[in-house]
Amino acid sequence: MSGHHAIDLATGSVRELNAALHALGPDTNETLWRVSNPRGLHAVAAGVDAPVTIEIDGPVGYYCGGMNKHASIVINGNAGVGLAQNIMSGFVHVKGDASQSAGATGCGGMIVIDGNASARCGISMKGVDIVVKGSVGHMSAFMGQAGSLVVLGDAGEALGDSLYEARLFVRGTVASLGADCIEKAMRDEHRALLAAKLEAAGLAGSVDIGEFKRYGSARTLYHFHVDNVSSY
Amino acid sequence: MSDLSKTPRTVPRASATFDEYTLSEIRRAAATGIYDIRGAGAKRKLPHFDDLLFLGASISRYPLEGYREKCSTEVVLGTRFAKKPITLKIPITIAGMSFGSLSANAKEALGRGASAMGTSTTTGDGGMTQEERQSSQILVYQYLPSRYGMNPDDLRKADAIEIVVGQGAKPGGGGMLLGQKITERVAAMRTLPVGIDQRSACRHPDWTGPDDLEIKIEELREITDWEKPIYVKVGAARPYYDTALAVKSGADVVVVDGMQGGTAATQEVFIENVGIPTLAAVRQAAQALQDLGMHRKVQLIVSGGIRNGADVAKALALGADAVAIGTAALVALGDNDPHWEAEYQALGTTAGAYDDWHEGRDPAGITTQDPALSARLDPVAAGRRLANYLAVLTLECQTIARACGKSHVHNLEPEDLVALTIEAAAMARVPLAGTDWIPGVTGRF
Ligand SMILES: Cc1cc2nc3c(=O)[nH]c(=O)nc-3n(C[C@H](O)[C@H](O)[C@H](O)COP(=O)(O)O)c2cc1C
Repeated sequence: MSGHHAIDLATGSVRELNAALHALGPDTNETLWRVSNPRGLHAVAAGVDAPVTIEIDGPVGYYCGGMNKHASIVINGNAGVGLAQNIMSGFVHVKGDASQSAGATGCGGMIVIDGNASARCGISMKGVDIVVKGSVGHMSAFMGQAGSLVVLGDAGEALGDSLYEARLFVRGTVASLGADCIEKAMRDEHRALLAAKLEAAGLAGSVDIGEFKRYGSARTLYHFHVDNVSSY
Repeated sequence: MSDLSKTPRTVPRASATFDEYTLSEIRRAAATGIYDIRGAGAKRKLPHFDDLLFLGASISRYPLEGYREKCSTEVVLGTRFAKKPITLKIPITIAGMSFGSLSANAKEALGRGASAMGTSTTTGDGGMTQEERQSSQILVYQYLPSRYGMNPDDLRKADAIEIVVGQGAKPGGGGMLLGQKITERVAAMRTLPVGIDQRSACRHPDWTGPDDLEIKIEELREITDWEKPIYVKVGAARPYYDTALAVKSGADVVVVDGMQGGTAATQEVFIENVGIPTLAAVRQAAQALQDLGMHRKVQLIVSGGIRNGADVAKALALGADAVAIGTAALVALGDNDPHWEAEYQALGTTAGAYDDWHEGRDPAGITTQDPALSARLDPVAAGRRLANYLAVLTLECQTIARACGKSHVHNLEPEDLVALTIEAAAMARVPLAGTDWIPGVTGRF
């Protein structure tokens, strides 16, 4: 099949894989890449900047899909720390669970995690959309600046601590809210936003939007003030 | 009956403990309920390079002739792993200072001055601007906990990458940029609302500790195809171990910033009380490299209070490959210049002491985002002043190196130095002048 590349990381190296992916231009015909035997290796498919699909069969280590632009990356397995950190655009889909700091500082694009995400999911997010079908760990969306985090399961402690303008939607329970994070009313515009994110994640119609609660910044820490001393 | 008017009176006595500054700070704190935030570095007196002297040549070592005999100053950084190491013509670089804390004109001036002298500038907590990339021939791109403006395109445009773990002014603290300076452009680059008091994270969001750092470095190398030198910058706290761990994690270059190092905005209590002086840090960092057999293989850049060519020479003699300057570069551009004294007075301060850089009202137009104030700084003329200043630092450093008989500034060594104080002797591990005593190491008085 033309444009189909198979790379076996049992014999080839991550360096060779990434070098080949980085050589692709925006008009490449080599649009489908299958990676086997990732065995928890780090930085698999990091720094890709081309509209290609990369399917990875097995678990990946840290920073898979880091700084991704345009590519669609599917991981048939679990992902280690910093999945798709600083993602700019494109789509990263993990069929298993994701470790800490999934989508950290992501600026755009979408990450879908079929299982659970560990602590600090979406930390310092700057525009990425993250949809987690399971639950997220503590300090998720810490200092989140922009983008949205949608959690179909539960959220751990200190959700949205020191939050800026990221939007958080959780269907299950929230163990506790972090400093300056509050529950906010779900208005039509928020329901529309949530519906759009769920649709983009391939979940249109399968989840009841009415079951979600919305959380956001109370914006009381936006200016240094004596009355907030205990929060700093 | 004693006549009180004839009793000798003592003169009013100010307390050394509760001095004038301390009292004013207590009153300020009592009035506001919030800590003092300011720019610049530690202002207290600290053991520093002034406490060291060079021995110069004598019968047993001969000097080199000024001008006629060459004394090289070139430094190559990133020879360990990077495919494209960078070469600086002088051993002095411009430290990372963010666009946001500095005006676009100031950043451009830094780029112009540094490029004229064949050295690098560094971005900061706020991303890379076009102006900066254009005006800097060699640009180091900082990778900070906040990751403001971070993106793979700028990463690939950079000539080197500096992972910032800490800063000497605030080891363990994150950046601050107050609302006055969060203009629309600055806010957009950082993805933040306009006008808020911004606190940067103090820890990286996706790694902690040396084992993670190793993987992070690997990822950045992968993204940039192993081309760029990768620096790790630490605030001087435990420089021996931090240097060793940076080497273990795969750094090409280690940057150690002492407590005198400047900042754009940090709590005063942090600046003055956390971290160790540059003098103490250099020797420990160099020792770690030597113990690992990595001295000169992993390059060491030292910063924090570098002011003149003697400071440069002393840092190099203690084992650094290059130094970085922040505050001095801003002063060369025109910061704190007496020319603006009337305006400093209006701000309740005086030229030379102005450190409210976070307020964005800098009369010299450097630490501000105010269009009218920044327009006062001509980037071409200011860049020229910086180039002149860098030339003087280099000439001064060469003057000392030649006097010590060195054909390259890197040939300066601890044996060329003595200390004026016991503290400096102990920290720099060079003998107290006139003795062979290095406290804690060798000899007797
Ligand atoms: C205005 C200003 C802004 C700074 N911004 C940063 C920054 O964004 N990132 C960083 O690592 N260090 C920053 N620093 C610290 C410098 O990189 C450097 O460590 C320090 O200035 C060196 O000490 P010196 O000022 O005594 O030369 C800043 C310093 C100043 C003065």
